[in-house]
Amino acid sequence: MTRRKKNNPLDFEAQLKSVDANFPFVQVMDETGKIVNEDLVPELSDEQLVELFSDMLWSRALNDRSTTLARQGRLGFFAPTAGQEASQLASHFAFEKEDVLLPGYRDIPQLIKHGLPVSKAFLWSRGHIEGTKYPEDFHAIPPQIIIGAQYVQAAGVGLGLKKRGKQNVAFTYTGDGGSSQGDFYEGINFAGAFKANVVFYIQNNGYAISTPRDKQTAATTLAQKAVAAGIPGIQVDGMDPLAVYAVSKAARDWALAGNGPVVIETITSRFGPHSLSGDDPKRYRTQASFEEWDKKDPLIRFRNYLTEKGLWDEEKEVALMEKIDGELQEAVKEADKAPKQKISEFLEVMFEEPTNTIKEQLAEYKAKEGQ
Amino acid sequence: MANLTMIQAITEALDIALERDENTLIFGEDVGVNGGVFRATDGLQAKYGEDRVFDTPLAESGIGGLAIGLALEKFRPIPEIQFFGFVFEVMDSIVVQMARMRYRLGGTREMPITIRSPFGGGVHTPELHADSLESLIAHSPGIRVVIPSNPYDAKGLLLSSIESNDPVVFLEHMKLYRSFREEVPEGYYTVPLDKAGISHEGNDVTIVTYGYMVREALKAAETLKGQGVSVEVIDLRTVSPIDIDTIVASVEKTGRLVVVQEAQRQAGVGATVMAEIAERAILNLKAPIGRVAAPDTVYPFGLAENDWLPNEEDIVNKVLEVMNFD
Repeated sequence: MTRRKKNNPLDFEAQLKSVDANFPFVQVMDETGKIVNEDLVPELSDEQLVELFSDMLWSRALNDRSTTLARQGRLGFFAPTAGQEASQLASHFAFEKEDVLLPGYRDIPQLIKHGLPVSKAFLWSRGHIEGTKYPEDFHAIPPQIIIGAQYVQAAGVGLGLKKRGKQNVAFTYTGDGGSSQGDFYEGINFAGAFKANVVFYIQNNGYAISTPRDKQTAATTLAQKAVAAGIPGIQVDGMDPLAVYAVSKAARDWALAGNGPVVIETITSRFGPHSLSGDDPKRYRTQASFEEWDKKDPLIRFRNYLTEKGLWDEEKEVALMEKIDGELQEAVKEADKAPKQKISEFLEVMFEEPTNTIKEQLAEYKAKEGQ
Repeated sequence: MANLTMIQAITEALDIALERDENTLIFGEDVGVNGGVFRATDGLQAKYGEDRVFDTPLAESGIGGLAIGLALEKFRPIPEIQFFGFVFEVMDSIVVQMARMRYRLGGTREMPITIRSPFGGGVHTPELHADSLESLIAHSPGIRVVIPSNPYDAKGLLLSSIESNDPVVFLEHMKLYRSFREEVPEGYYTVPLDKAGISHEGNDVTIVTYGYMVREALKAAETLKGQGVSVEVIDLRTVSPIDIDTIVASVEKTGRLVVVQEAQRQAGVGATVMAEIAERAILNLKAPIGRVAAPDTVYPFGLAENDWLPNEEDIVNKVLEVMNFD
C-alpha cells in the first residue's frame, strides 16, 4: 500500500512548510504610505493619527539629541532607536496607562510615553538613582539589562493582573537575539500555561549587536516560536505604524478576553549602531543594507499617508520639531539639577530596614559624607 | 503544643501564612495535588484552592520570574525550588532581579518573596540535590539566607521570612525533615530574622554553625562535656546577614572559636564568621580559630557521602585541638 505524500507523518519537509505558511507578513501600508490592506486599517481618529505620528517624530528627535549628548559625554549608556519608531511607538499606542510595561534597554521611548519624565530617562542613562525612582502609579519597571529576563517577569505580572481581575495586560519587549534566550521560551510558555494577560514583542531589527538574525535560529520566522507554547504568534511589518498598531490592539483584546498571551514579531531595523559605546555597524552591515532599510523609514511612509489625508504639512512639522527641541533642552537642564548621589542612600534602600551589618556601614559612609 | 517533625512544622507555617494573608501564593513543581516531593505543601491546595497553591511548568527561571511579576502586583509569593542544586537555573531571577529590585527602584518597590528549597547531604540523593550552595546567595546584596536547624525554628523563621518585605532564600536541610520531633506551639508565632540562637550554653569554647551541623555540634558538645569541656553552640539561623553581636559576645566569654559548616571550605559562611571575629575580637582569643568544613571537591559520589561530610568526630577533634593550643 502506498501513502499519499501529504499525509505522510514522516514527511518532515511538509511539516516545516505547513508551519511557515501560517506566519504571513502583515502589512497595512507600503513604503510609500499607500494602504495595501483596507481590511486591517485600524480605527484611529484623525487626532489619534496625528498624535501617533507626533510621538514617532518626537522619538526620532530624542534619538538624535541623545546621540549628540552621548557623544559629548553628557549621557551614559544609550542604545539608538532610529528606524524602530513604528515598532516602538505604534505598539505602545495600543496600551493603556495601567497596562504594565516591562521594557528592554532600547525601549526608552515607550517608557517615556508611558509616563517617565524625559529628565529621568536621561538620569537612568547617566547612572543616577533618581532615574528609576518610579512613583506607585507608574506601571512599569526599569529597562531590563539581562536579555530576556523581562519575559519571565511579564508572565508573572500578567498572571497577577488576571488574578486581580484587572482589565489590563503586561507588555514586554525583547529583540531577535532575545528570542534565543531560555527566558524567552520560559516566559511565553508560563504565560500560555496560565493564560496570563501578556503581549510579548520581539523587535526583530536584524542584528543582536553584530550577529545577524539568520544565525539565531533555524526558524523561518520568530513569530512561529509561539506555536510551541500553544499561543498565537504574528509577524508584522515593523516599519508600518498602522499594521503594528492594528496587530497590537488585536493582541491586547485577545489577552484581555482571557485567551492568554500573544507573541508579536516586528520586522524592523535600527539605522544606527547597537549602542554608542563603541559599536561600529559597518563591521557587520553593508552599505546596501542601510540604503535598503532607509527606504522603509516609518516616518517617510506615515508622513506621506497623513499629508495625503490633509492632516500634515511642513509647517506643522517645523512647529512640532521646535517644540520638541525646547522640551528636550529643558529635560537636560532638569537632569543636570540632580543632586550628587550618596553611597549612604544606596545602603538605605537595600532592605526595608537596614540590617545590623548595613547599619554599621551606613554610619561609616554618613561620616565620610559629612552627614 | 504538638510533637512535630520539621517538615510538619513547615507545612503548618505555610498553612498559617495562607490563612492570615490572602496575598500569599504557593507555587512550584509538584506542589499542588502532590503536595511537593517532600510533602511540605501537603493538603494546602485542597484547603486553599488552585488559585493560591498551584503547579508550574518545569522551569526554575520561569518560577523565579513568575514570583517577581506577582510581587510587582502586590502578591506575597512563596515559590518552591524543588532542590537547591537547581538554583543555577534561577540565579538571575534571584540575585540579579529580585534581590536588586528595591535598590534599582530607589526603594519604591518591594519583593516580599520567600523561596523555599530543600538541600543538604546525607540522604543519598542523585547529583545536584545535596549541595550546600548558601554562600552563592549569601554573597549577594539585598537578599537574606535563612536556614533552620529544628522544627520550632523552622516554623517561626518561615513565618518571619514570609512576612518580610524583602526576599528570603529559605533552605531546608533534607536530613532534618523527618529525623526527629520536637514540641512546636500550635498557631502563629515568629522567630526573628537576623538573630542567631544559642542552642547550648557553655564557657570554654564557642561553636558557630547552622543547619544540620547544629545537630552534630550538639552531639559533640555532649561528648566534650564528658571530657570536661564546656561548649557553647551558636546556631546562626540567618546566615546572611550574620548576627555578629551574638557571636562576639560569646567569644568574649569563651575566648575560643570553632566554625562548622557542611559546605566546602573555600569562601564559605564560616570564613565570614572567622573574618568578623578576627576583626572584632582577636584579642579575646586564646587560640587560633578552628574550622570544620567539607573538602574542596565537588559534592561527592553518593557512596562516599559519609566520608566526605563533616561529623561529630571532626568537631570534637577540632575543639580539642583549639582547647589544647598553647
